[in-house]
Amino acid sequence: MFLTHLLLRNAFRHPLRSLLTLLGLVVAIAAFGLLRTVNEAWYAGVQASSATRLIARNATSLTFVLPISYAQRIRGVDGVSSVSWANWFGGIYQTERNFFPQFGVDPASYLKLYPEYLLTDDEKLAFVKDRQGAVVGRKLANQYGWKLGDTVPIRGTIYPGTWNFTIRGIWDGRDAKTDENQMLFHWQLLNESIKKRFPKRGDAVGVFIVGIDDPSQAAAVAGRVDAMFKNSLAESLTETESAFQLSFVSMSEAILVAIEAVSYIVVLIILAVMANTMTMTARERLAEYATLKALGFGPGFVARLLLGESLLIAALGGALGIAVSFPIAAAFASVVGSVLPVFEISATTLALQAGAALAVGLVAAAWPAWQMGRIDIVNGLRHVA
Amino acid sequence: MKQLPWSYIARNLWVRRVTTALTALGLGLVVYVFATVLMMSEGIKATLVATGNPDNLLALRKGAGAEINSGVSRDQAAILGSLPGVATAADGRLLLSYEPVVLNNLPKRATGKPSNVSVRGTSDLGLALRPQVKLVAGRMFRPGSSELVAGQATARGFTGAGLGETLRFAGRDWTVVGVFDAGNSGFDSELWGDSEQMMQAFRRLQASSVVLRLSDPTQAEAFIQRAAADPRLTLDLKPERQFYEEQSQALATFIRYLGLALSIIFSIGAVVGAMITMFAAVASRTGEIATLRALGFRRPAVLWAFLAESLLLSLVGGLLGLAGAALMQGVNISTTNFQTFSEVAFRFVMTPPIVSQTLLFALLMGLVGGFLPAWRAARLNIVDGLRAQ
Repeated sequence: MFLTHLLLRNAFRHPLRSLLTLLGLVVAIAAFGLLRTVNEAWYAGVQASSATRLIARNATSLTFVLPISYAQRIRGVDGVSSVSWANWFGGIYQTERNFFPQFGVDPASYLKLYPEYLLTDDEKLAFVKDRQGAVVGRKLANQYGWKLGDTVPIRGTIYPGTWNFTIRGIWDGRDAKTDENQMLFHWQLLNESIKKRFPKRGDAVGVFIVGIDDPSQAAAVAGRVDAMFKNSLAESLTETESAFQLSFVSMSEAILVAIEAVSYIVVLIILAVMANTMTMTARERLAEYATLKALGFGPGFVARLLLGESLLIAALGGALGIAVSFPIAAAFASVVGSVLPVFEISATTLALQAGAALAVGLVAAAWPAWQMGRIDIVNGLRHVA
Repeated sequence: MKQLPWSYIARNLWVRRVTTALTALGLGLVVYVFATVLMMSEGIKATLVATGNPDNLLALRKGAGAEINSGVSRDQAAILGSLPGVATAADGRLLLSYEPVVLNNLPKRATGKPSNVSVRGTSDLGLALRPQVKLVAGRMFRPGSSELVAGQATARGFTGAGLGETLRFAGRDWTVVGVFDAGNSGFDSELWGDSEQMMQAFRRLQASSVVLRLSDPTQAEAFIQRAAADPRLTLDLKPERQFYEEQSQALATFIRYLGLALSIIFSIGAVVGAMITMFAAVASRTGEIATLRALGFRRPAVLWAFLAESLLLSLVGGLLGLAGAALMQGVNISTTNFQTFSEVAFRFVMTPPIVSQTLLFALLMGLVGGFLPAWRAARLNIVDGLRAQ
């Protein structure tokens, strides 16, 4: 009790200094959490992927297509329960800044493979029936204020021209991981326009989405699909949905590694500040600690005093930092909007934030505590701060 | 008015070595982040700007924006070549290269993870249009063969792209017979082969872009307008340098803004550190300050002395951070440019403006952190201060 009381009084003996240190800690812990969340947001697609979906693409790269006739042949492969397909549209809504993914899909089979996109039966039916129709995620609809029945013009970069789509449905995600930031419309519409312009080029698909019954058979099924098209004009590469998504993340790996490194630098910065505070504190109280020792308190007590004070400030700063992370993350998500589809602070991040704060508290006081435990009483008493 | 000597200021920092070092370390780390981000953004720009030749023009399908989205038919290329003003090579052929560009998903050497590499079909004319490209090992690919030459970043970074190695794609085995150095430009991250062979192998009916040179580069604007006015052409024509500059914009801007936002947030931590240090310095020297005032040094002199101490402290931190950042020069990074969806290798580039911006940023942190403590020191009452001794 006595120790706690002393710790509290000590920690706020220099209110200005303690407040400044706290401020630094709050900023650092919040920034650390935000950076980690940004990093995790890149992996959102991986997190949201289903174990019962495989993705087949052209083995050369995603910019190459596969013939639509493969759908029938994949459907016949052992272990495959359903097949759908999608083409990346790469269109621009108003300006390049409004980036979000658009896919031309086969509506009925695609929505069946993505049960996490919650649409009412009416919406599904309206979408399947309307060749010009599109469905969008809730987040996307909210961002641009789209309502059912609105017409949305998208300028194509891969498929030239301006395309007008009518919103026929807005899906909610089944859980927080679900991507609500996409637009889906009829693949048939793309295909017909391509065939009209370039008769030789139509009937092409960007990726096949292959539904399987048994996730443990994923590798075997993928192998069977690829073996079927080996040495053909369009060889396929089939992988699980999470591996497919991960391949996108790994393309930006250099940036992700940099962000991660930087997130640890901010912890180092605050460690330097905190260590400075504790060293100064210890130096000023040299005579006091010498007095305590002269009164019979052991070196351990003095060390505990310093460590406790440091940990107290760090814990306060850490708790406040974690608390402000939530509104900051929410504000950040609304500013960045559609670039990062899912933006939530994870439990791991919270644990790491708390861990970082405590580590800073411990390390910052380690050196002064060790030093003060060893001070010579006579010299200490003589010292005037 | 009498000023306090610099030696007084500097020695005050030296007396509190541990505190000075810790504060400077905090400041230095912020400066390091600030500088490396600027260097990264500069590096990407330098790489992609160096890719474009100021004398070349590049044509893409209207609205395509990037080579992989684009398609240019042979007819259109021929029409473009027939417009007056296109330069001719020594043997009388038009200096115009008809180039298919495709992305090929290859595994990286270091991690085994795949990334997209641009594979460009070109010809001897394409090489003549890019004088910055020089072979450093092996030989050039032979026209009409399944041979490739690799940019040095690709040869270094991707499995199967090194000299003498073989890549299998588009139903063929391609042998890498040479490695070229494109002067740290975007071409260093590409694979080049024969244009006609590429079109056949990838079953392309159209190329992606047309690169050409004008006999009189100053007529570029007029040529572009002539091409735009021609109803047979549905192409966007741009100076090659401008095209590559635009390709670098999104990634460079993204890194720059991300980095600046981080630096500003981080700087709060470092400024707080400087403030704590300077407040402590003022508090422990109350008697000293009062003595100085009693000796006749005016308030502004005291204010300046403490401000200068803080500035000096931040300068030490700034130089420390800058030194750390300087070590990053020459480090190669490679990432996917999301505008082109393909891999681009670049390095950290430090330029004089970056050095001065970084030092200014450091001094600004010192100024913000030191002003309040210095203000408090200057406002100290002489009599109270002397009593505190």
